[in-house]
Amino acid sequence: MSGISRRGFLSAVVAGGAATLLGAPRKARAIGDFEGYPEGMGVLVDLTRCVGCRSCEAACNHEQGLPEPDLPFDDPSVFDETFHHGTQKRRTDENAFTVVNRYDPEGAEGPVYRKIQCNHCNEPACLTSCFVSAYTKTREGAVIYDSKVCVGCRTCMVACPFRIPAYSYSSALNPVVRKCIFCYETRLKYGRPPACVEICPQEVLTFDHRRHLLKMAHERIRANPDRYIDHVYGETEVGGTSWMYISGVPFEDLGFDTTLQRAPILANAQEFLSNVPMVLAIWPALFMGFHLLSAKGKEGEEEQSTDKGEEG
Amino acid sequence: MFGNWKWVFVLAVTLAFTVPAATQGSSAEMPASVLLDSLSHLFDGAEFDHNLHLDIAEDCADCHHHTTGTGVSDPVCIPCHDRGAEAVSVACRDCHEADPFSAESLREKDKRKDDYHFDKPGLKAAYHLNCLQCHVEMGGPEGCQDCHERNADGDAFYYSGPFSPKGEQASKGH
Repeated sequence: MSGISRRGFLSAVVAGGAATLLGAPRKARAIGDFEGYPEGMGVLVDLTRCVGCRSCEAACNHEQGLPEPDLPFDDPSVFDETFHHGTQKRRTDENAFTVVNRYDPEGAEGPVYRKIQCNHCNEPACLTSCFVSAYTKTREGAVIYDSKVCVGCRTCMVACPFRIPAYSYSSALNPVVRKCIFCYETRLKYGRPPACVEICPQEVLTFDHRRHLLKMAHERIRANPDRYIDHVYGETEVGGTSWMYISGVPFEDLGFDTTLQRAPILANAQEFLSNVPMVLAIWPALFMGFHLLSAKGKEGEEEQSTDKGEEG
Repeated sequence: MFGNWKWVFVLAVTLAFTVPAATQGSSAEMPASVLLDSLSHLFDGAEFDHNLHLDIAEDCADCHHHTTGTGVSDPVCIPCHDRGAEAVSVACRDCHEADPFSAESLREKDKRKDDYHFDKPGLKAAYHLNCLQCHVEMGGPEGCQDCHERNADGDAFYYSGPFSPKGEQASKGH
């Protein structure tokens, strides 16, 4: 017979269940509580200042060694480009890690330009969804990735609430996910600002510690209540992001997703993920135990009946 | 003897033309034009016609904040902007840093994080925010090259002019 006893089996089930129950709440507290590394850097994007010169796009192109663009970076005709029957403006792709789009919101005095790039979440969905751990959130605040580890599953592209990671579909042999890395390799880790921040003539982009930027953002709004909408996009969205926006027109008019949750994306999978160890580890043991117990019971009955026979 | 009188005459004529212009502003050393080229890299320096802007601006403080022209009235600002060293310097670069996001600048900024002027634009932004905002309001020139010509490095940077993309349009995603 197997070495498992009824008592041993029951105590293992209780211990396993207790471990699952005790382990899960500790993790639950961790999700959403991470406000970024204390010295984490960030960028505040003040959309009221942007004039749509696209110098940031050009600077990114050179800094990241990206290929020549289709059109010059001073060509404003790209603002009229749309995709999916006019419903989609330009997006980041494998050859453009940042993109500026023009919006003409109702009630605004003129066009409003919005720069998009990776927002470098405090608790990135791309990172938590990556099963080969290709992503890293550095202590400087950047969300970087190791292309050598990437297997091209593109789960991060689905997970990202801002739809930023792009895939190098043009590469037949070694397609990988590509996105803005906060100029980590060439600048951020040496204490220098990203290339787009440095080139911006209007200081639309302010580079500093995230905690200082939050203070500055709220102070700008407080000092100029007529100029700004009272919201710092990225302060709480999906657990907070290193790149944050302030705007003079409602964020939803500029293509921002204003329905995003405050909790990190990982929180959505937490309940399911915390059940995985139980299903994979506890259930086999549980049902094996039931099987053994019922099998043992039958054997006992047979023995009993033979005993009775001998007596009779 | 007569030579000396000639020079006095020349001086008097010169003063007659220059003094009224100089007394328009508060500073006798006011320049007629300023070449703003300390940051020029992709664009040539901008030749700023000071005299032209004197005629347009209502007050020196429109551009120079509180360092010259009408003084400040807010009691919070007076200690620095009425008598302090900040009131003496009139050049943008004296207060606005050329490299506001360098590690050293951010370290210094961290030390004065409770300052009233914590959120102070760098020199490049001080120029552009101040000039461009007014140009838009007053109907002045707004194009990049209206104020500073782009040089060859700039053309290459923007893939423009002689550096325009020549190849076939790459496949477009989305």
